[in-house]
Amino acid sequence: MTPRASASAYTPAPERRFNVGDRVRVKRANPPGHRRTPAYIRGKQGQIERVCGRFANPEELAYGFDGEPKRVLYRVQFKQREVWGSYAGSNDDLIELEIYEHWLEPA
Amino acid sequence: MSHAHPHDAAKDDGPPSEHEILSRAIQELLEEKGLLTAEQVRKRMELFDAEFPQRGARVIAHAWANPAFRKRLLADGKAACAEWGLDLEADRLIAVENTPRVHNVIVCTLCSCYPRALLGMPPTWYKSENYRRRVVREPRAVLREFGTVIADDVAIRVHDSNADMRYVVVPMRPKGTEGWDEEQLASILTRDTLVGVALPKV
Repeated sequence: MTPRASASAYTPAPERRFNVGDRVRVKRANPPGHRRTPAYIRGKQGQIERVCGRFANPEELAYGFDGEPKRVLYRVQFKQREVWGSYAGSNDDLIELEIYEHWLEPA
Repeated sequence: MSHAHPHDAAKDDGPPSEHEILSRAIQELLEEKGLLTAEQVRKRMELFDAEFPQRGARVIAHAWANPAFRKRLLADGKAACAEWGLDLEADRLIAVENTPRVHNVIVCTLCSCYPRALLGMPPTWYKSENYRRRVVREPRAVLREFGTVIADDVAIRVHDSNADMRYVVVPMRPKGTEGWDEEQLASILTRDTLVGVALPKV
């Protein structure tokens, strides 16, 4: 299924590493502390659905820092069958999450 | 007692939780410093209870009735709401559209992120570990428990509201609502239909 390429500029992010449709992999890492990338999606491959904009890094804000430099936030779409080993639904079922750029690498 | 049923459920005894004490202490400090008043806090809670929960249905009813607005809402939810005079404050909104081929459902697996400025406070089940853990990996089973059966040829798109965006579902307008005004349309757009665990019924 092709993601809808809606270019909603919540906060513009002209300098970014990925674009809508790019294949990406979420880093498989377990750094300590407050993380916004749920464990279940680490190491999984998906596709950029939309660019949400630049936001203060919540992993820094959580400890009273200013969240700078801001990070680009992406909406990433994954096939459910590729996320869960024993997924019971349809092949076309999808799950989408918001992933910060520093958690993504090209796939 | 003049009547038989017990009133225990309405009692509010037991010690306050750690979070209640903390929140109370912070509010008292802010009041002492003159930064806010108890009246402002009460008004804010009233907005959450009375005003905010009505907004979601009104916005989506307007989108059902007005295709141009619907398009703008899907392109940029916050901007469309602002244009319509609705300030979502900190919430950045992504509206996701149900179609004959796709059904959307919203969750926050990390905590309980929810479009509060549109729907008010999240219901208890939305915050439960059961919903948060299960709807991402077995959405069809969870939806069936809500009485919502999604056909096998309709894809389910689960939205984990895990960072800075908030989500609202734009359900399909059911047959039999032709000629309805926005108030009538809003009456079938319940909270659960806008989270995606139910479908609007005529």
